[in-house]
Amino acid sequence: MIQQYWLYLIYLLGSVFFIVGLKMLSGPKTARNGNFLAAAGMTLAILGTIFMHKNEEGESIGNYGWIFGGIAIGTVLGWISAKKVKMTAMPQMVSLFNGMGGACAALISLVEFGHLHGDTPPVTILTIVAGLVIGSVSFSGSIIAYAKLQEILKKTFKLPAQNILTIILMASILGLSIYLAFGHASTALLYVIFALSLAYGILFVLPIGGADMPVVISLLNSFTGVAAAFGGFLYDNQVMLTGGILVGSAGTLLTILMCNAMNRSLTNVIFGSFGGGGAAAG
Amino acid sequence: MDSIITFIGENIQLIYILILSIFVGIEVISKVPSALHTPLMSGANAIHGVVIIGAIIVMGHAEAGNWPALILGFLAVILGTLNVVGGFVVTDRMLEMFKKKK
Repeated sequence: MIQQYWLYLIYLLGSVFFIVGLKMLSGPKTARNGNFLAAAGMTLAILGTIFMHKNEEGESIGNYGWIFGGIAIGTVLGWISAKKVKMTAMPQMVSLFNGMGGACAALISLVEFGHLHGDTPPVTILTIVAGLVIGSVSFSGSIIAYAKLQEILKKTFKLPAQNILTIILMASILGLSIYLAFGHASTALLYVIFALSLAYGILFVLPIGGADMPVVISLLNSFTGVAAAFGGFLYDNQVMLTGGILVGSAGTLLTILMCNAMNRSLTNVIFGSFGGGGAAAG
Repeated sequence: MDSIITFIGENIQLIYILILSIFVGIEVISKVPSALHTPLMSGANAIHGVVIIGAIIVMGHAEAGNWPALILGFLAVILGTLNVVGGFVVTDRMLEMFKKKK
């Protein structure tokens, strides 16, 4: 038990490092140290989890080979790609890494759904599905944003009746998720929701022009934060919750600030291409 | 409805953390100068990489023969690490560039 309390203390320290780091990141003189501080908090939280975490049955973390293998691969790939990317290509790199975080949240939900048993409360299922939906939207949206900024995707597509289509898509994701949680928990249905969420992310970003992309990336960034926070609820994990929600709320405010800096409103950026009788679609 | 109230009751401490964190997040970055928007976005991007902890828990408790869980969990650990490491390194490079400009 005492080991568990040490882990709580480490998570508390990690959360404080995130908050102070974020604060320092918003001042020009302290920004770089703020980034280091947040990274230190993350390292603490990760190491603490690997060596001290116990699940509800009191089992410690196993599969060390897989975990360290995965971390090694991720570190090498992440480090090299972050170091090699050109300064002008930074925003799409951020988008790509954001997409990876979203995909990570989605995968966690997919695995956790497999662990469900007959008497799992519906709200827990809803938490799992929420992580899956938001993570997948963030993943596919970020990949499209990356492709646009990298000029792999050069055109701005707009389907006929795009806004009606996205509303229908959103409503069916919502409806199916509720049915899944309170009605029938089937894996096939989960994968349908997964596919619809990926499609939603693509449709969400496709009509938005290249110049507005940083705003969209910032918005998707806060989505991934919220997805991480749902993971925090799922595992009763305080540092995932604070880290995720901090990014969720700070990211949303940052998105609005970025819009203001361009003298535009957020609705204008997101739905801008819907108005004007298609004149804005390129 | 009962199950929702039960959920809130059982998780009330987490819900308090959630509500307070929302305000902290907004408060903490409210005075950011516009030149720092992109690095701040990138830094926040790295922080939500905390989702990797979920991936480690999934991976660490996957049963030996459960290949779908092992493979998906392994992939999640890689993607989460990419988010964390890539995020912090890219942010550092942006801020480094900032210093040279001045």
